[in-house]
Parts: sequence; structure tokens; C-alpha cells
Amino acid sequence: MTFDEWLLSLVVFLPLVGAGVIAAMPKAQHALIRLVALIASGAALVFGIIALVRFDFHQSRVFQFNVNTRWIDSIGARYHMGVDGIALPLLVLTVALTFLCVIYSQKIMPKPQDKVKGFFALILLLETGMAGTFTSLDLVLFFVFWEMVLVPMYFIIAVWGSERKEYSAIKFFLYTLFGSVFMLLGFLAMYFKSVDPVTGGHTFDMIRLQGQHFGGVGFQNLVFLGLFLGFAIKVPMWPFHTWLPDAHGDAPTVGSVLLAGILLKMGAYGFIRIALPLLPHAAKDWAPYIGGLAVISILYGALCCLAQTDIKRLIAFSSVGHMGFVMLGISTLTDKGINAAVFGMVAHGVITGMLFFLAGSLYERYHTRQIDDIGPGVLQKLPRIGAIFVFVAIASLGLPGLAGFWGEVIALLAAFNPARGLPVALFRSYMVLGGIGTILTAGYMLWLIQRLNLGVVREKWAADPSIDDVRPAEVFAWSPLLVGILALGIYPRAIFDITNGAVTGLARLFT
Amino acid sequence: MIAQTAFSLSSVDVHAILPEIIITAAIIAVLVVDLFLPDRAKSLNAVISMAGVGGAAIALMSLIGSGTHRTFGGMFVLDNYAMLFKFLFLAVAAMLIFMSVNYLNEVVRNIQGEFYFLLLTALLGMLVMPSSRDLIALFIALETVTVPGFIIAGFKKRDNSSNEAAVKFFLFGVLASAVMLFGMALIYGVTKSTNLYEIARVLSTKQYPMPIHHADSVVFASILLIIVGFGFKVSAVPFHFWAPDTYEGSPVPVAAFLSVASKAAGFAGLFQICFVAFGSHSSVWAPGFAILAALTMTVGNVIALQQKNIVRLLAYSSIAQAGYILIPLAVVANKSVSIQKEAFAAALTYILIYSFMQLGAFAVVIAVSRRHPDNLIADYEGLSAREPGLAFAMLFFLLSLAGMIPTAGFWAKFFVFRSAIGAGTLWLAAVMVVNTLIGLYYYLSIGAKMYLREPRERGPIQVPYALATAIVLMVIIIVAVTVYPDFFNHFSPRSTLLAF
Repeated sequence: MTFDEWLLSLVVFLPLVGAGVIAAMPKAQHALIRLVALIASGAALVFGIIALVRFDFHQSRVFQFNVNTRWIDSIGARYHMGVDGIALPLLVLTVALTFLCVIYSQKIMPKPQDKVKGFFALILLLETGMAGTFTSLDLVLFFVFWEMVLVPMYFIIAVWGSERKEYSAIKFFLYTLFGSVFMLLGFLAMYFKSVDPVTGGHTFDMIRLQGQHFGGVGFQNLVFLGLFLGFAIKVPMWPFHTWLPDAHGDAPTVGSVLLAGILLKMGAYGFIRIALPLLPHAAKDWAPYIGGLAVISILYGALCCLAQTDIKRLIAFSSVGHMGFVMLGISTLTDKGINAAVFGMVAHGVITGMLFFLAGSLYERYHTRQIDDIGPGVLQKLPRIGAIFVFVAIASLGLPGLAGFWGEVIALLAAFNPARGLPVALFRSYMVLGGIGTILTAGYMLWLIQRLNLGVVREKWAADPSIDDVRPAEVFAWSPLLVGILALGIYPRAIFDITNGAVTGLARLFT
Repeated sequence: MIAQTAFSLSSVDVHAILPEIIITAAIIAVLVVDLFLPDRAKSLNAVISMAGVGGAAIALMSLIGSGTHRTFGGMFVLDNYAMLFKFLFLAVAAMLIFMSVNYLNEVVRNIQGEFYFLLLTALLGMLVMPSSRDLIALFIALETVTVPGFIIAGFKKRDNSSNEAAVKFFLFGVLASAVMLFGMALIYGVTKSTNLYEIARVLSTKQYPMPIHHADSVVFASILLIIVGFGFKVSAVPFHFWAPDTYEGSPVPVAAFLSVASKAAGFAGLFQICFVAFGSHSSVWAPGFAILAALTMTVGNVIALQQKNIVRLLAYSSIAQAGYILIPLAVVANKSVSIQKEAFAAALTYILIYSFMQLGAFAVVIAVSRRHPDNLIADYEGLSAREPGLAFAMLFFLLSLAGMIPTAGFWAKFFVFRSAIGAGTLWLAAVMVVNTLIGLYYYLSIGAKMYLREPRERGPIQVPYALATAIVLMVIIIVAVTVYPDFFNHFSPRSTLLAF
């Protein structure tokens, strides 16, 4: 095999190797464990960047770095991986964000702080699951990676979380599992109705499954329902979102960052990679409903944010709203909309990941997550952290020039002109409602800044010398994200140039 | 047909029965040597037993690729199917010996020689079982597996619950044998043969050797009775009542033996009866298995939810797992050859994977029970802080039993699930999904207790080397199947039992 064929396997499995090495190490060796985690996730990042550099951007429609070998012959599942312009940004986001989480955790560990070994091993295991999801081109392989994230994330929340951590962990676990059972049913249904153009048998291969008829539109719609349940719970879309505030709120900082930054994207990616191209007719039938749920998610998420008193829960609900924009973009079934969705995913990963880092740092210092307890006056007490918070919060509300803007505004524009055959009037009203959502988003974010950062600091905090400003580990972990927020805002083509080729290929199915 | 099955000793294919001969020699060796061993050296019997198992495995390996052997007038057949099960049984027996050595030395010190004698005897029955293509041989094999079980279940002589375990197991076991024997007698009455292939020929052509009234009803009754008999052996609901009490009362290695070895042997026999002798009547037995499977899964899982004792929990979980194994049998009625083959392979693969994950869980339970003999689930709280390796192995086995992706147990369930969907029996697939989710809850809750609770008692649980070896070996096997699911699935389609 050539280097290109090995590349994706290296990105995906190096963290797993790291997790194995850590599992075999004595648990008192904290420094060494941290170092191994740093090396493993760093190596994955390096190979991820090599993939980015070697990627042929003129051919972003075509899957590159393909590897396709035998795996489970008896069911026709193959070890088939590859990335196109849609998967590549998400893959790079995954390895980058995980690496930053590992850097952050070098110095700042959630309680219980003595369980270093398990913590890093689980993060690396999680990374393998996430990276594998974005690179699989075989439904069984995809499913394996998709589910692989559950157990590590369960333990990260349940062991290192706060407040009702066990309840939140099991809720996250059961919700996702419930959805994925239906997803698996959908996969199997497609498998049994498929005809492999090469062998004549059934196939799980995503590329060969494209253009199959699967026995009629009614059947396709049913299969789509199964996939929809699996993906929509993961995104999450209203009304399947109730696991999210609990899980995000109670997870440790790094857990929240990875949950919001990457795990949510797996759901939206599932729609783009599997549901849309494999079941285009059903996608058209379902698009108005998905768009409707997306708009409800936007408005509902924003309204819930206005009512939150807990900073992490507020950011969690804001994720519901932002992912609503992503899903609205996807539901238009246009190149614009899907481009905006992928951009929105990357931007949300960077911005909300950063917000959760900040919320975690505040919790670390103030030992409370109540907005009215920490604030007012964070800017006064912690000028640097306060300033960074204001910057990121403003990026999150979608200020032009920062990363949050492009994904949302283009998704709304795409809703003005949805794909042919979709109800135009309906999608235009979605656009109006989504626009109202952006105003609400600006409202709760500005209000948050006001309550938290502005004003005069409380006496009990002002006198507390243990509350310190930005620490070196935080500088290292955060600066790439801050640069990313600015860079993506100023030069959005950095993403659009990668995605556009692949997205137009997909959107052609719906014109 | 009886006349044709006559044989002379010189015509016996000794090579084909070499594994059984070696085990018999080991049985006699244990029996004799044990007489001369002082109490403190009794565990030497384990070495002899292990040597016997190893020798039998080598003998079996020498038979690989030598084609199908038939001997004793066709009563004893050594084909790929038999080979697969024999390897499984030898591996399971080796693991059981590893798991038992220290436990026996501590709990039933002076009578452990007898334990190895009985274990090897049961192993002999298990080895004969998948080769028996004759009702009489099958019955004898089954009894050779079961009867030693009655005795070792009551091995903690002064323990009331152990006595109760033995008596319950004995009564149910004998009842099951009687019912099965009645069914076998009926089918002999109709077909005038005890040879499975001959029975199959007569039943499919309906050319009965003598005129008989209501032949179909008699065949129906016979199938029903034989299935009920096997239902007891594999503890399918509603014939499961003996299992939890027996498992709980027996010494823990015996519970492991009953839930893995004797159950797998029961399935080996069941497959031969169903697919060979009654292959033409799958429309009769398959719906029966559908009901059994649905009941077994559901009852096993629901009752497992409320267990406080880890051995009882594993007992109910093993009942539920038997339900999953029955699913492929339930979906094959009047289906195409490819679907039948797929279902058969799914069931075999499930048994192989199940054997190792269940045995692994029991190995951990044995390790913990040396320190906490009450076997309460509460004893597992905070295990990760006390014995990280042990807790990790247990978590791994539990996740696998739960069918969590991507462990070996998931692939077992996936193959079964796929065969149910492929055959179009969607309701059973749905029941299976619901049950898997229920199962996940109680398996995971043990995992959560091990990792999230504070330990009630401090201090490590020392794991003896033999036991640790068994645990590590089984973790390796499960990891191998996790990464490469075809590892086991590979063998099953090659099985020559299905002669389509």
C-alpha cells in the first residue's frame, strides 16, 4: 500500500494506539501518561495536516486517500475509507480540537484529578471514534465508529462530570443508542434491497449504494425515517434535544468541548454523507419537515437561552440553535445551503468549543456555574479572560467578519431559493423565522455579556487572590481557536474552496 | 436399518475417536492417581486433566483436513461441524480447569479429585455429542454431560443451597431426559430407525416402513417432545426454572460450566436433531422456536434487571442469551438454502462468541468470590480502584455480553439480527432490539458500579496465576473477534452439517 492509502488509517488509529499504550502504563506515571497522550494526538494532527496539504482541491468531489480492503467477508462489509471536500474539514477539526483539549488537560484536570490514566485513554479512544466516523465509506464501518464514541463519552461525563453527572451520562448514552438502533435498521434495509453493480450481491458500500432504487419511494421514505431518528438525535434537533443540556452542562470542560465541537457534527454529517445522497427522493419529501424542525430548533434554542441561569447550560442551548441553522441549510438541498452547513459546522466547532473552554475556566476559578454568581464584573477581575469571552460571544452571535457569520447568513439566503420541487413559500417563511432567531441570538448573547462581564465585581471575588487570569496552558490551547475564529471570518473561502466541489456534486442530485 | 448399523471392532476408525480415547484415559488416570495423592497435593489432578485436554486437542488437530470420518456404522461422524464444536469444548474445558484450580483448593479441598473426574466425564459427553448422528448415541452423550453436572452442582456438601441446587437440577434434568426419550421413542416407532440421516430420508419422502395412522401427528408430537427436552438443557423459558437456583447454589466454576459448556452441548445436539433429522419439517419446529426465543429473551432480561446476586444475574443473562441463539432457528421455516445457511452460521457464531464472553465474566466472578463469597453485585462497587485490571476485564466482558458496539458480542448479535431481517421475520428482530436495550441497562449498571462508586471494602483481591491466565486469554480472544469478526464466522459456513 502507498502512503496515501495508509494516511487515513494513521489519523484514525494512532490515537487508539496511544490509548492502548496509556492503558498499559502504571497509573502513578502522570507526567508520562500526559506526554504519551500529547504525542499520540499530536501525531494524529500532523497526519491530518498532511492530508490537508496533499488533498487535491480541484478534485474535492472525488474521495481521496482511499483504502478499500477486505474486512468481514461473510456480510460483505469492507474496510473502506476516504475523504472528500465535505469530510476533510471535519476530520481536520476533529484532530485539531482533540489535540487542543489534550494540551489544555496537561495542566488543568477536572476532579477526580488523580485518575489521569483513564481520562487521557478515554479522550484518545473518543478521537478514534470521531475521526473514523468522518472517514468511513462503508455503512458497517461507519456504524462501528459512530457507536465507539458512546462508551468513552459516558465515562468522561459520569466520572469527571459535575452535579447530576451519572444521570446525564446515562441519558446521553441511551438517547444516542436508541436513535442508532433505528439507524442500523435503515442501513440493513438498504443493504438487503441493494444490488452491487460489480458483484451482483448486496453491499454496504456508500458509494455503490448511490443511485439504487431500494424498491420504491415508499420504502425509501421509511428507511429515511430510520436514518433521520439516528442522526436527528445526535445533532440534536428539537424535539430530540433534551439529552443535550444535561450532558453538556454536567460534562467536564474537555468533554463539553468535544461534545459540542465534534460529536454534534456527526449527526449533521450523517445527513450529508448518507441520508441525502443515498435516498435523494426521500430527502426531497422529508426536506420541508426537517427545515421546519430546524427553525423550531433555532427559535426554541434561543428562547431557552434567555431563561438559563447556568452558563454551561446556556451555551448548550445555544448549540441547539446553531445546529438548527446547519440543518436549515441542509434542508434546502442546494449547494449554497449545504456549503453553509459545512461551514457552520466548522465555525460552531471552533466558537462553541472555545466558549466551553471559557466556561470551564470560569468554573475552575469561581467553583460555580451560575451567571449571576460569577458576574458581574469579570472584565474587571480577569481582564484577559473577560475580553476573550466578549470576543468569542460576539463571534457566536454572528457578527460579520467573524466565523459565526457566514454559515448562518448563507443558510438563510439558501432558504430563499430552495432546491427545485420544494415549497418555496414555506422555505421563505423559514428564512424569516430564522432571521428572527438571529435577533434573539444576539439578544441573549449580549445579555450574557452584560450580566457576566460588565459591571462592578463582587467583593467576595475581588478579594480572592486565588482567581488568576489566563494561564499558559490556556494560552496554548486557545490561541489557535481564536486565530481560527478571526481567520474564517475574514477569509471564509478557506472552507468554501474545499467543500464547494463536493457539495455541488451532491446538490446536482436535487436539481 | 438396524441390521446395516452392525459393526465389528476391527472396522472402527480409531483415529476419528482418538480425542475421546485420550480423554477417557485421562479420566481413568485422574481416578487412580487421586487415590494416592495426599490432601495437599490434590490439585495435581488439574495437571493431569490439562494434559488430557491438551492431548485430545493435538489428536483433534491431526484430524484437520482429513475429510469426513464415519464409524460405528454411521453413528459417529467426524465432520467440520463436529470438529468446530470439539475444539470449542476443549478450549472451554481448559479454561474451566484454569478457573477452578485455586477455587477448589480453597472451597472443597479434599474432594477435588472427584471434581476433575466428573468434569472430564462431562467433557467426554460433550465431545461425543456433535459427532452423534444417531438418537441413541445422542441421548447417551447428553446424559454423560448432564449426570456429572448433578453431582458437581452439590459439591459444597455442607451448604444447603448447594444441595438444593443439585436436587433441583437433578429433578428437572431427569424429567427433561424422560420427555426427550419419549419423543425419540415415538420417532423410532414411525421411522424404524435411530439414525438421523435415515430419519430425515423417511420423513422427507413420507415412505414409512410400515403403515401407520396419523403419522403426521405422531411426528409432530415427537418433535415437540424432543424440543421440550432440549429446552430444559439450554434453559429456554418456560423450562428455565432450575437454572438460577442451581447456578446460585453451585460452586461458581460449576455455574460457569453449566451456563457455557453444558448449554453449548445442548445446542450442538439441538442443531443436529433440527437440521438433520427434522430438516424437512422446519415449518413445524421453527414457529415453536420463534415463541421460545421471544419468551426466553424477554423473561431472561426482565428478571435479570432486579437481581442483587451476580451469579443469579449471569444466570438470567445466560437465559436471555440462549434466546438470541434460538432466533436463527426460528426464522428458517420454508426459506431458501442461502437464508438457512446464513441463519445456521449466525447461531453457531453466536454460540462461539457467547461461550468466551460468558466464561470470561464468570472467571472474574470466581476471582472476586474468593474474597467475597456471597457474590453480591454490591461487592463490585469500586472494583476499579481496588483491582483495575480485573475491573477492566469485567467491563469488557459485560460490554460484549450487552452487545455494545464494536465488541465481539455486538457482532454476534449483528449476525443474528441480520439473519432475522434477511428471512423477513421482522417482529422477532424488533423483540431482539428491545431486549438488547434492556440488557444493556443491567450490564452497564454493573460497569457503572465498578467505576463510579467508592469501594465498600478496601484492599486488593489477589488473583491467582491460573485464573489470571484464563482471564487474559479470554480477553485476547474477545479482542481478536472484536477487530476481525470473521474470525469465528469463518468456520461456521464451512460446517458440513447442512447437506443441502
